[in-house]
Amino acid sequence: MSKMYYRELYCGSPVRFWMGLTLLGAIIAVGLGAAYYMEHQGHWVTGMSNQIVWGLPHVFAIFLIVAASGALNVASIGSVFGGPLYKPLGRYSALLAIGLLVGGLIVLVLDLGRPDRLIVAMTEYNFKSIFAWNVILYSGFVAIVAVYLWTMMDRSMEKFKRPLGFAAFFWRIALTTGTGSIFGFLVAREAYDAAIMAPMFVIMSFSYGLAFFIITLIAAYIWGDREIGVYRLTKLKNLLGVFVGAVLYFVLAYNLTNLYVAQHHGIERFILLDGGIYTMMFWIGQILIGSVIPLFLIYSPAFENSRWAIAVASIAVLIGGFFQIYVIVIGGQAYPMNLFPGKEIVETGFFDGQIINYVPTFPEAALGIAGMAVSLALVAIGARVFKVFPETLED
Amino acid sequence: MSNKSDQPSVERRQFIGGTLAAAGALTLAPGVILHAAGSADKTTSGASGEHRWGMLIDANKCADGCSACVDACNSEHGLTDLGRPETDAVWIRPVKLKDKQTGHVDRLVMMCQHCEHPPCVDVCPTNASFKRIDGVVLVDRHRCIGCRYCMMACPYKARSFVHEALSEQSVAAPRGKGCVEGCTLCVHRIDAGEMQTACQEACTREGHNAIVFGDMKDPDSEISRILKSHNSVQIRADLELNTGVRYLNL
Amino acid sequence: MRSSLISNRLLMILLAVLSFAAMQAFAESRYVTENSQAASMESCVAPTDLMRRNHMDFLQHGRDDTVRDGVRGLKYSLAECIDCHASRDAKGQAVSVTAEGEFCQACHGYVAVSPACFQCHRTTPDESGSGKSLGYRLDGHSRALDMQQPAGR
Repeated sequence: MSKMYYRELYCGSPVRFWMGLTLLGAIIAVGLGAAYYMEHQGHWVTGMSNQIVWGLPHVFAIFLIVAASGALNVASIGSVFGGPLYKPLGRYSALLAIGLLVGGLIVLVLDLGRPDRLIVAMTEYNFKSIFAWNVILYSGFVAIVAVYLWTMMDRSMEKFKRPLGFAAFFWRIALTTGTGSIFGFLVAREAYDAAIMAPMFVIMSFSYGLAFFIITLIAAYIWGDREIGVYRLTKLKNLLGVFVGAVLYFVLAYNLTNLYVAQHHGIERFILLDGGIYTMMFWIGQILIGSVIPLFLIYSPAFENSRWAIAVASIAVLIGGFFQIYVIVIGGQAYPMNLFPGKEIVETGFFDGQIINYVPTFPEAALGIAGMAVSLALVAIGARVFKVFPETLED
Repeated sequence: MSNKSDQPSVERRQFIGGTLAAAGALTLAPGVILHAAGSADKTTSGASGEHRWGMLIDANKCADGCSACVDACNSEHGLTDLGRPETDAVWIRPVKLKDKQTGHVDRLVMMCQHCEHPPCVDVCPTNASFKRIDGVVLVDRHRCIGCRYCMMACPYKARSFVHEALSEQSVAAPRGKGCVEGCTLCVHRIDAGEMQTACQEACTREGHNAIVFGDMKDPDSEISRILKSHNSVQIRADLELNTGVRYLNL
Repeated sequence: MRSSLISNRLLMILLAVLSFAAMQAFAESRYVTENSQAASMESCVAPTDLMRRNHMDFLQHGRDDTVRDGVRGLKYSLAECIDCHASRDAKGQAVSVTAEGEFCQACHGYVAVSPACFQCHRTTPDESGSGKSLGYRLDGHSRALDMQQPAGR
C-alpha cells in the first residue's frame, strides 16, 4: 500500500472558498440576529409556548448533536476496530464530529431563556439531572475528540492514538445515551419515558453521522478537485445501509411496544394515523424519505457504483433523520398528557387534553440553520488549516 | 530603598490611606456583618421541616363558572393577561372533566402539586428547581437558565415560562423574562405567618370553601383531619410522587 | 525583579491617583435622590460608605437565604432599598430607580455596571396592596430605629 499524504484542502478556485465562507458567515449573522431578537423580545415571538416548550431550535440542536457523535464512526472503525480502508478518513471524521457538536450546542445555548447565565450551568450541578451530565458529556466530547485528532495528526503522539480512540468511542456512546435519556427519563409524557430511547439515539447517531460524513466528504473532494475511489464510497454506503436498517428496527420495536400497551394507544394513533402533520412527517419524512428510499438506493444493483445514488441516499437519510427528531420532540409534546385517565376534558384554562398546534417562526428556523452553518464553517476552516484530507482517496 | 521595596513607604501609605485603604478594609467587613445580620430580631427563622404545607381541593364544591381563585392568584403575584393564551403565565387553572363512561362531570383547579419527589427538581441542571424543607416546590430565579426541561418533566403542566420582559412585578413574586415559574403555595404568606393562600382566601370569600390549605404534618390541622376521615386522591398517583395537593370527590 | 517592583509601585500610585480623582467626583455627587424617603434620613441601614461599596454583596448573600430557606426580614432587603430610595415626582408618583438620573441608574450608569436585579424585581415601591401581606416588612418607625444601629450589629 502506498504512503498516504494529507494536505490542506484548497478549493479549485480561491473565489469559491471565500464565497462559500461568506455565504456561511451571512447565514450565521442572520441566525445570531434572530437569536438576539428572540432573547430581546422574549420567546413569545417564536412558535414555542407553555405547551410546546421545546421547538424547532431544539430539533436542530439535537439533530446536530446526535449526528456529531455518529460522525466519529469512521475514526472509531479506523483506530478501534482496525479497518484499514477507514483509517485515512479518521482525521476528517474527528473534525466533522467537533464541528457538528459545536453547531448544535450554539443553537441549544442561544435558545435558553437566560443564555447570559450559561456560567450558572457550569458552576451549579445537579447530578441527578441528565441535562447537567450532558453539559459535561458535550464539553468532554469536544476535548477528547480534539486530543484524538491531535494523536492522529502528530506522529509523536501516535502511541496515544488507540487509547484515545477507545476513550472517544465510549464517550460518544455515553453522549448519545445521555441525549436519548433526556427523553427516556421523562415519566410525564407518553411519547417518551422509554428505556429504548437511549439505544435508539445511539443507532440514530450512527446513521445520521455517517450520512453527514459521506455527503460532506463527497462535497469536499469535488470542492478540492481531488479523487475519491468508488470502492471506498461503496464500503461507506454499505455501512450506512446497515445503520438505516438498524434505526428502522428500533423504530419498529418502539412503536410495537407502545401499540401493545393500552395506555399508549392514544399517542400511537396520533403519530401513526391521525396526527396530521406529524403523521405525514413520520410516514413520508422518516419512513419513506429517511429509510425506504435510501435503502433502495443503497442496495439496488442498478445503483451499485453510482456516486450520485450514494450522495442522494445520504441526503435522504439526513432529511428523514431531521423529521424523525421533529416527530419525537414536537410530536411528543403536541399530544396532550393524560392527566385524568378515563375522563374527557370539557373545559380548561391551559389547553389540557388538547392537541397543540405549533408553527415554527422564521427566527427559530434562522437560528437552527445558523447552527448548521456554524458546523460547516468550522469544518471548512478546519480542513483548510489542518491536514485532515488525504491528497487522494483513489482505490 | 531596594531592601524594603515591597512595602510602600509610610508617606505613600498615608497618601493612599484616605482612599484605597479605607475601601480595602470595607471589603473585608461584609462577611462579619452578614453573619451578625441574622441575629437581628426582625429576621424570621425560615422554613422548617416540622411542617409540610399542602392543599386539599374539593371537586364537589368547586363552582362552575367561578374564577375567583384564578383572579386572586393573578393579582397576588402580578400575573397579567397579555391576550396571548399560549404564552401567558398560568399558575392555577380550572379544569372541567366528564367521565367518558358515565358522563359524570367534575370541576377542579390544577396547579403545582408540590410533590414530595418532584420530577422538575430531578431534571433541573442548575438546582434552580428545588423543594423547600417544608415541602414547597419553587424555582430559584437567580439560578434558572430557562432551559424548560422542568416543563417537559412536570406531569401536571404546572409551570409557565416567562415569554416577555416584565415590569412592575408584585413585590411578593419577583419574576422576569426567560425564567420558569409556577405556583409558590403563596410562600411569602407562609413565611409571614399568614396561614392562608390567595386562592383559598378568594374561594372562602366567595362562599365555596373548596380549598383548604394547611400543615399536613400537624395531625390537628384542618387539612390533616379531613384527609384522615375522607377518601382523597392524588392526580397521577401511579407516578408515586406523593403530592402535596390532594383532591376530594374526584 | 527590581524593575517589576518598581512598576508595581508605579501602578499603585497611578491607581491611587485615579481612585482619588474618582472619590472626589463621588464626594461632590449626592448620595440620594431628591424627594425620596432616603433623602430625609441620616444614613442607610449601614454607614453610607459601606453600603456604597458592598450593597451588591449584602443583597446577593441574603437572596439564597430568602428564596431557598424562607428566611425573611433580613437587614438588607432589595424591596426596602426600593421603598426608601425611589423618588417621587411632582404628583407624588414613585419614579423607577432605574430611570435616567434616579438612584440605581445614576451610579450604575457612571460605573458602567448593569444590575441584573430588575429583570425580575420591580423598580418602584409596591403600592398595589399584594405586598402588604409580607407581614415581616417594617413600618417607618422601626426603620428609623434600625437606622441608628451601628454597622456590624
